Amino acid sequence: MGMTMTQKILAAHAGLTKVEAGQLINAKLDLVLGNDITTPVAVNEFKKAGFENVFDKDRIAIVLDHFVPNKDIKAAEQSKTCREFACAHCVSHFYDVGKMGIEHALLPEQGVVTAGDCIIGADSHTCTYGALGAFSTGVGSTDMAAGMATGMAWFKVPSAIKFHLTGKLPANCSGKDVILTIIGKIGVDGALYKSMEFVGEGVKTLSMDDRLCICNMAIEAGAKNGIFPVDEVTMAYVTGRSERQPVVYEADDDAEYEQAIDINLSEIVPVVACPHLPENTHPAKELHDIKIDQVVIGSCTNGRMEDMEATYHILKGKKIADGIRCIIIPGTMQIYKDCIEKGYITAFIDAGAVVSTPTCGPCLGGYMGILAAGERCLATTNRNFVGRMGHVDSEVYLASPHTAAASALTGYITEYKEV
Amino acid sequence: MNTQGKVFKYPDNVDTDVIIPARYLNTPDAKELALHCMEDIDTEFVEKVQRGDVMVAGWNFGCGSSREHAPLVIKTCGTGCVIAKSFARIFYRNAINIGLPILECEEAAEEINANDEVKVDFDTGVITDITTGKIYKAQPFPAFIQNIITSGGLLNSLKEGAKND
Repeated sequence: MGMTMTQKILAAHAGLTKVEAGQLINAKLDLVLGNDITTPVAVNEFKKAGFENVFDKDRIAIVLDHFVPNKDIKAAEQSKTCREFACAHCVSHFYDVGKMGIEHALLPEQGVVTAGDCIIGADSHTCTYGALGAFSTGVGSTDMAAGMATGMAWFKVPSAIKFHLTGKLPANCSGKDVILTIIGKIGVDGALYKSMEFVGEGVKTLSMDDRLCICNMAIEAGAKNGIFPVDEVTMAYVTGRSERQPVVYEADDDAEYEQAIDINLSEIVPVVACPHLPENTHPAKELHDIKIDQVVIGSCTNGRMEDMEATYHILKGKKIADGIRCIIIPGTMQIYKDCIEKGYITAFIDAGAVVSTPTCGPCLGGYMGILAAGERCLATTNRNFVGRMGHVDSEVYLASPHTAAASALTGYITEYKEV
Repeated sequence: MNTQGKVFKYPDNVDTDVIIPARYLNTPDAKELALHCMEDIDTEFVEKVQRGDVMVAGWNFGCGSSREHAPLVIKTCGTGCVIAKSFARIFYRNAINIGLPILECEEAAEEINANDEVKVDFDTGVITDITTGKIYKAQPFPAFIQNIITSGGLLNSLKEGAKND
């Protein structure tokens, strides 16, 4: 029996010719990632264990993105811990305010991650880089500390679910509608411990931003990783960008999958995940009487250039509905700058939105858009758990930038074409 | 190794945002964080939990964020063990890495009631509900993971491994 794409990458990084689902392996890491919340815990563990050196200063990325620019004194202390550690160990991929972006938008953009990589990150959405054809998975701070010290991590080789994509997305849908539809179908633990491997003719119709968004939310189905095959779209994206040579791995023809699910992209409709689980999805058009108080467009899921473009085309020359706070957060400084140069930010502000520099802030209820009791937010973020964006009695609805921007104009959940 | 205590029972899909809300994550201090453990779904937990008590939950316990602060606050509160029908994978990994005992046992997680007195033997995976008299057997960990647990966490096991090389 052959190997899946994920298994091929893991075997190569473990120095083995063959691995199978359930096998425990020790694999070599191409990159170890942490942010301003998880890195301080990892730094403590690193020091407590008595490690003196990192395995490779060029294979560690520390991105300050959750609570920066520092939201309060305690957050400032955490940033300082990260800064001092990065400086002491000459970590070359350290991204501070002015240079940072939301980690999973930033690292692909900067070419720090590439096809064929084996990556761990102390952030659950590290699974995003599967879009580039990498094996990439979220871990905790202790794993990050061990990874920084040894350049290795242990894994249980996952089995896989194959998602066979056909067709082409309608104009008012994006990768977000695809992944929310899939999570709605298989549930928040539908891919627990497994790989989600996306294959088929439909793959080539999806942009890199769509693929990054789809892989980003693999964790919301419980998956270990999400992964796309490397094709012309991937090569066009990584060429001239990746600092390492991309390596292409392909699933064997006789690879074993636990389950195969067909997804016809042409049949996808704009969907919204209602409180309090990402699996609670419904077509946006069935929710048009739900009044909202706030819209957030941004995050590691949907803060990329195509998300800003979609938002611009819907908001330009229009006005945000009275009583709606619309917060737009470009994912990286480069995207922020591109939005300025293209006139998007002027259009957003003229429409009545507020635009922030990159931060994860509101997505996890950190700052920059916290909800009061009873308030509802429609967000392009990734989680709608109880209290995720503020008060335990507030509600978060998850949707695409198209749906979020259209809803900001009406004040109710709105399918884009209805505007 | 074993633990004995009172059961706190929780539903399916308990996420790390309710175990420890992100609004408190501006500090890595486990004792300070532990004051807010479970508060968004159980405001009385921190006040009532005693050393050795047991959390019993449904499917996919610990889903969501990778924050290691989640198993850390559960452990710091004195919880002796978490029994669930299944665990989200990053939580599972983190719990092992920091030395919070966890057991997967569908039958026990289904049948054990809140406030029951429960005894758990980690070496054998035997869970005894003293209140009902019923005995359950959880899946034992693979030897590789057992080694991390008995070493006192991942970093200790790495150090021991380095010594033996």
